[in-house]
Amino acid sequence: MKYAYFPGCSLHSTAIDYDESAKALAGALGLELMEVPGWSCCGSTPAHSTNQLLAAALPAKNLVAAKAISDEMVVCCSACFSRFKFAQKHLEEKPQLRAQVADMMPAADAQKVRVRHLIDILTNDVGPEAIAKAKKRDTGLKVACYYGCLITRPPKVTQLDDPENPRFMDDLLKAAGMETIDWPCKTDCCGATFSLTRTETVLRLSAEILQMAKEAGADCIGVACPLCHTNLDLRQSDVERKLGVKYGLPVFYFTQLLGMALGLNAGELGIGRGLVSCKQLLAAKGVV
Amino acid sequence: MKSIVQKNQLRTTLLQAIEEHSGQSVVNCYQCDKCTAGCPIAADMDTPPNQVMRLLQLGLVDEALRCKTIWLCASCETCTTRCPREVDLAAVMDACRNIALREGVPVPDRAIALFNRTFLSIINRYGRLFEMEFIGRFNTGTFNFFKDMTKGPTLMAKGRLTFLPSLGGRKTACSVFGDVRKVRLHLPPAPLDAGGNHAVPAREAHETTE
Repeated sequence: MKYAYFPGCSLHSTAIDYDESAKALAGALGLELMEVPGWSCCGSTPAHSTNQLLAAALPAKNLVAAKAISDEMVVCCSACFSRFKFAQKHLEEKPQLRAQVADMMPAADAQKVRVRHLIDILTNDVGPEAIAKAKKRDTGLKVACYYGCLITRPPKVTQLDDPENPRFMDDLLKAAGMETIDWPCKTDCCGATFSLTRTETVLRLSAEILQMAKEAGADCIGVACPLCHTNLDLRQSDVERKLGVKYGLPVFYFTQLLGMALGLNAGELGIGRGLVSCKQLLAAKGVV
Repeated sequence: MKSIVQKNQLRTTLLQAIEEHSGQSVVNCYQCDKCTAGCPIAADMDTPPNQVMRLLQLGLVDEALRCKTIWLCASCETCTTRCPREVDLAAVMDACRNIALREGVPVPDRAIALFNRTFLSIINRYGRLFEMEFIGRFNTGTFNFFKDMTKGPTLMAKGRLTFLPSLGGRKTACSVFGDVRKVRLHLPPAPLDAGGNHAVPAREAHETTE
């Protein structure tokens, strides 16, 4: 099936490894991703915190462009995914807002596109069974699946699995032959957008997640959001310095983990772009 | 007397605006505290989330709009997901931020205000986020010039930071920003803002009309 693909700002810069691995994985599983032409930023937190109309119009404009390609649009970034879902909800529920957006663009088109997170497509369209069949290599990794906030919350908007104890990433990785640990921080907040403005808060929240993953015996952390990746990977050395501990927990996108199990090579998957080195771990497991 | 009546009117109008913006009715909250118990940022807030709801219930809207809490909310949606009364608290916080800005209430956290402003100005200019300029402008604005400086070269070496902005989404974003600006110009003036002066906080605006 052909999907419109919205990468989002992060996937073209700080999360380029997510973009690379998502495309490589989609190719291996026979999913056709076609980038939304002329896509722009979804507005993110600064838009919805300050201007409701902008927060609805920016995603809507991108959805109109996506509609020309496909009825379904794939998003990898959980924050973008959430903004698209919210924009559609607000257009549905607020007639005045809908009228204002309709003056700018064919708003009805924006409401018709089905916005889906890549992990939803892998879980529900491809399915763990197909992943298990496509598996080419046993990585033997012990992964702490970290879902973060916005894939599952609020469930009325995202329409995905259990918001307190989601299991879909665990199911996919288990199907690919990995061990996933049971731990309590699956849906805790890492501080997300406050990485620059309130770094101390982010360090406090990320420290809890890293500590718990380590204590639960994980080799690495699996994420599905570029902001979670930034706070756990890029800020990991700051957390270590602050607390005087050493975690050394590599952070992978779930697409990278699945890609490794499917036998794709490390370069295609952008492995090694993380700030926390994964060389030792992957060498010990015989993956690279 | 006139002052009390006007103050009450202003409060009612602002509360209505918050309820309309968020699609929530503040009386639905029964103060069980579950939102505050689960809030990851509550420890840093000046007013816990349930107390922001209480302020709104009591009609103390200007206090709610001035508190740090509304700006520290990370929109993680935990409160919204767990509320037994199904109050969408994250939407109320969003509404408070939007209305506070509209009414000219100063943002108590300078860094967050700068972050939002700079981010949107970059999207307006390039269509997509350009991290290098963003962090440069943010660090300059907060006088914290060397913050995270050591990370830049490493990220660049890993191919995770670019020297030039990506302009592919420029047309899309610029047209949206232009349209949104036009709508704002045609909006009726904010209630009780007779002077048309949006830069003055709601409370002062009301007092100067005395």
